[in-house]
Parts: sequence; structure tokens; C-alpha cells
Amino acid sequence: MLEINNLHAGIDGAKILKGINLTVRPGEVHAIMGPNGSGKSTLAQVLAGHPSYEATQGSVTYEGIDLLELEPEERSCAGVFLAFQYPVEIHGVTNAYFLRAALNSRRKCQGLEELDPIDFMDVLAEKLEAIGWDDSLMNRAVNHGFSGGEKKRNEILQMAVLEPKLAVLDETDSGLDIDALKAVAEAVNKLRTPENSSIVVTHYQRLLNFIVPDFVHVLMRGKIVKSGGKELALELESLGYDWVREPAGVG
Amino acid sequence: MAQQVLDAKGRLLAEYQALGENGAGHAPKWLRDIRAAAIEQFDTTGFPASRDEKWRFTSLKRLLEAQFSLSSEGDSQVTLADAEPYLLRVGAHQRLVFVNGRYSPELSSLSGLPDGVVVGNLGSDAIRESAVVQQHLAQYAKPEDNPFTALSTAFMTDGACVYVPDGIAVADPIQVVFLTAPGEEPMVRHPRNLVVLERGASATVVEKFIGLAESEYWTNAVTECVLGEQAKLDVYRVQREGEVAHHTATTQSYQARDSKYRLTTVELGGALSRHDINSVLDGQGAESCLYGLTQLQGQQHVDHHTTIDHAQPNCNSWELFNGIFDEKSRGVFTGRIVVRPGAQQTDSKQTNNNLLLSETARADSQPQLEIYADDVKCTHGATLGPIDEKALFYFQSRGIEAEAARNLITYGFGVEILNQIGIQELRESLDEVVHARLDRGAERRREAG
Repeated sequence: MLEINNLHAGIDGAKILKGINLTVRPGEVHAIMGPNGSGKSTLAQVLAGHPSYEATQGSVTYEGIDLLELEPEERSCAGVFLAFQYPVEIHGVTNAYFLRAALNSRRKCQGLEELDPIDFMDVLAEKLEAIGWDDSLMNRAVNHGFSGGEKKRNEILQMAVLEPKLAVLDETDSGLDIDALKAVAEAVNKLRTPENSSIVVTHYQRLLNFIVPDFVHVLMRGKIVKSGGKELALELESLGYDWVREPAGVG
Repeated sequence: MAQQVLDAKGRLLAEYQALGENGAGHAPKWLRDIRAAAIEQFDTTGFPASRDEKWRFTSLKRLLEAQFSLSSEGDSQVTLADAEPYLLRVGAHQRLVFVNGRYSPELSSLSGLPDGVVVGNLGSDAIRESAVVQQHLAQYAKPEDNPFTALSTAFMTDGACVYVPDGIAVADPIQVVFLTAPGEEPMVRHPRNLVVLERGASATVVEKFIGLAESEYWTNAVTECVLGEQAKLDVYRVQREGEVAHHTATTQSYQARDSKYRLTTVELGGALSRHDINSVLDGQGAESCLYGLTQLQGQQHVDHHTTIDHAQPNCNSWELFNGIFDEKSRGVFTGRIVVRPGAQQTDSKQTNNNLLLSETARADSQPQLEIYADDVKCTHGATLGPIDEKALFYFQSRGIEAEAARNLITYGFGVEILNQIGIQELRESLDEVVHARLDRGAERRREAG
């Protein structure tokens, strides 16, 4: 589904990613772990197409197409989704309105008819039920005045509505207490299918107790220095990132 | 420049003189005295100089150059069909319509008002004879504070008078609509409104200024709102003057204990608009909320000058003004908050957000906090600039194309204020206007490549 090959990328001339290789197959959950400043969020932003980040070398192939050539909205239509670490607060536009605009953009590029507000509410009710949440965030402006937990929940709700094939969760656990973390993780798990894949970017192992990954990759100084199964996350938790710092040049 | 100021001032003084001589300004003595004091004040002060701090960002050059006159021809050619698009269906039975500054009985409608409630033309003898009008008129908006208020007070004739006695709730909105259909000669009008709510009374007033033709004129309006203890007043104000019109206005409110005042003002029209909003909280537990939306294009200029005076402890004030500026338009916002000595436990928040849709649009925002009490909470914040790139990327990452995203983010700026409007019909009609302007702006940008 996703093939990242020797990806180099950065922002404002600073080189952050220095040769990432990663293969994600349908149905897989990959965790990217690493200390602050290792390039985790840069990888997430580059995959979503943030205009400030520039890929200088290497390739990203998604379902056979060159992902880096696509505009952010085209990536979304192709099924890529980024759950933001810092969701943006928007004035005035209600969550319901925003979600409908997003879903209709998706439907448009799938060649489907746009949904009117009434039909959309039906779709939304179905999605909310699937993840077990209520509609209390719907009539508030997008992320405006939301608590940290509400913002993260809102990201997952958008994911539920847009049904991405590849979801990138960027530090979705940051700023969440344990109950909110569980609620978010449970929703993500409910959205898992044998076809859909996720890349879970996190600093801490905690989230991975709830969203169990198939693979764990350790990102340091812009490179994946170690890969393994879910047990690697536990080792990192007890031994710290210094433990993998030793065998330089791996990956 | 000095010569022009003198000319404009001289003309107005002469017109005042003529009004007294030809009897057109007939009025009871108490009112003649108020007018005389006001014109004397204007004679002393004159128009604001460009170095006047309160007028720093707004040039009156064009206003002072144009030869505005009180006289006019073709006053009553506006039909109900012309007026209809600007009238609300809700509360249609309590509506005051003015055409070129004069009360229009044909377009107005007054029936079914609750007992004791007065809605009428301030220029009529019957209204002027009431003790309430004598007690309150021109007691809050002071001629010495603002030369335009002085002019309004000197020339005031027609306008709305709304009086709601103790404990009465007027459910439907009371509409006050000023239509201007100018003739060849540039005219000036001084519409004057007085709204008095006694203890525990409540009402909603919709005040509209509408230009029906694209020629130059000047509206100089003053509205005074007086809220007794526990009174509740909602004012929705829409300024859609003609494209080359000048609009100067003061909305002055005065609140007693535990009263709630909410003003939502939408500025869309005029070449030049200056709106002073002054809110005095003079009783504990009073609350004042001011919301403003400005959406401009071309070379339009809107200047909001707000002052909230916390004269007593335990009062709340809340201000949120959003501006959307396209092409070469310009917005000015001054938010002055005064907390008087002893006005402890004041809670005040002011926010002014400005969105610049073109590189030639401009906005200036200046908070002015004067706090003379030590146990208060006062916050203010202003934003200014083009559409936030982070917001744009967020929308795009959800599949929304850049142009649609820009439109939606901008629309949100407007809707944030329009959502404060409790009258669905009014909210929806303004929503359409905001939408249409955004679409036209987007189209212009597309054409310009």
C-alpha cells in the first residue's frame, strides 16, 4: 500500500529526514517511535503534503502512485488521512458543516453525489454509533475552544467519517489522560479493517497498549534505526531511547 | 484643508439658522434648548481634525468636501415593493420605516403592541410631549463628546422612539428601517432614535440603514438605549448604505443594575462608515455584549470606535468584532475599556479579528485599556492578516480544495458573528449577503488569475 524509499525531507533548508525506508501493507499497523526532534512529525506532515516541508530525495509510492506529486486534498481523496498533533481552531464553521464539506469533497472525487445536510446527519449518526460517541461536538465551531481531549477525539471522528485507507496518527496520545486515551484508542480499533492501514506516531509506549501495532520502528536523527514487533515498544519503555542509540548506522 | 472644514461647518451652521427661521424645525421649548446648546457645542468644536487621536485612521476629507444639504426633492417615491426586501416578516406589525430621513406612515405598521408599549416617530408632537422622551432624549449621547452627536442633536427630527414599561416583554422584534433614495443633490440626514426599557422590561430592536440608490449622501445617526434594572435589550443593526454614501453614527447605551444589553452590528455598505459604540455600565451586575461583523470590498472604509465604561463593580462586558477586508478596503477598530475606581470584579473581554483577503486591504486595531481598579479581569486580543496557512492545510488535508477552503474559512469569520443573531430570518438573509460577496470576491480572484 505504501512504499517509502530513501526519503529525505526538511523544512526551511533544515534536513530532518535522512533516508527513511518503510513498507506498509494493507491491514497493518506500524508504530513510529522516537525521541523529540527525531523527525516523527516531519514524516507525518510530508505524507499529508504540508506545503512547508520539502522532500529532497527518495520516493513515496502509495497504491502505485507518486504520493509526493499530489496536492494535500488529492491525497485525502486518494484515502490518506492525517490526525493532527495540533488540530487547528477554526472560527465560525461548525463541525457538522466542516465534516459535510470534507465528506462531500471525498464523494465528489469518488464520483458519488454530494450529501445534503439531512442525509449527512444520517451518515454522521451511523459513524458516531460505530465508535460509540455522542454528537456534542457537532454544533460547535471546529476545534474552537475545545479541550485537548476533545480536539483529539474530533480528529478520530473525522477519520471515522472519511474512512481513509491509510491513516497517520501524529502523537494522538499527547495531552490525553488515561480515560481519553482509551476512548480514542478504542475508536481507532473499531475503525480497523483488514484492508486499512495505520501509521501511529508516538513518543510513548502507552498508546500502543491500546492500539497494538504489528511493527514498531524507532526513528532517530531522521533515520529508522531499529525495527521489530510490538515487544520492541516495551523494551524501549523500560530501557529508554539511549538503548538503541548504540548501534549507529543500522537501518 | 482648513478652508474646507470651515466651509462644511459654515454650511451646517447656516442650515441650522434657516431651520429656525422657516419654522421647519418647530419644537417645544425644552427641545429647542437642547438643539441650541448642541449647535453651540458644534460651533465651538467643529469637525475633528486629522490629528485628533480618535480620528487618526479615518479621513473626513471627502465628507467635508461634498456639499450636503438638508433639503431634497422626490422624497416619497419609495414604494412598499422597493422596501420589501429589507423588511422582516416577523414583527411586521411593529415597524417604523423612514424614507430619506422622514417618517413614512404608508410603509410603517403599528398594531397589536402590548399595553403601555410605545413605538412611534420621535418627530411627532405626541411622542415629544411624553415625559419619558423629555426625561431621556439626548441625555446619554453627549454633544461635547463627539461633534457628529452634536450635529445629530442640533438637527434631530424624525426617528424611532421605543418605550417598554416595567416588566413588559415585547416578544417580536421591533423594526426600524431607514431607507435612503437620494436625488441629484447630495443630502444629509440625522436620524435619531431613543429606546427606553423600564425595570424588568425586554425587547428586541432591529435597526437598518439601507441605500436604495448609488449616489452620494450622508447619514448621521444617533441611537440612545436606556436599560432600567433587570431590563434586557437586543439590538441588531445592519448598515447597508449605498456604495458612495457616508455614514457616521453613535450607538449609546446606558445600563442600570442587572440589565443585559446585546448589540450585534453588521457593516456592509457605504464608502465611509464611522460607528461609535459607547456602553455605560452604571449598576452592579449589568452585562454588555457587543458583536460586530464588517465585510468590505472596493475602497470601502469602516471605523468602529467602541468604549465600554465600567462605572460600577461586578459588571461584565464582552466584545467580539470580526472584519473581512477585500481589494483596497480598510477597517479600523478601537476598543476602549474604562474601569472606574471602585469598579471591582469587572470581567471584560475584547477580541478583534481581521482577515485580509488581498495585499492591498488594510486593518488597524488598537485596544485602549484604562483601568483604575485593582481586582478586575480584563483581556484583549487582536489578530490581523491573510488566511492562516495552518487552517488552509487542515482543510486541504480533509479533501477540501484550496479555493473552497479559503472561502469556507472566510465565511466562518462572518458566521461567527451572524450566529449571534437570534432572528432566523435576519440571520439567513445576512448569511446570503455574506456568501454572495465571498463568491464574487473568489470570482474576481479567479478572473485576475
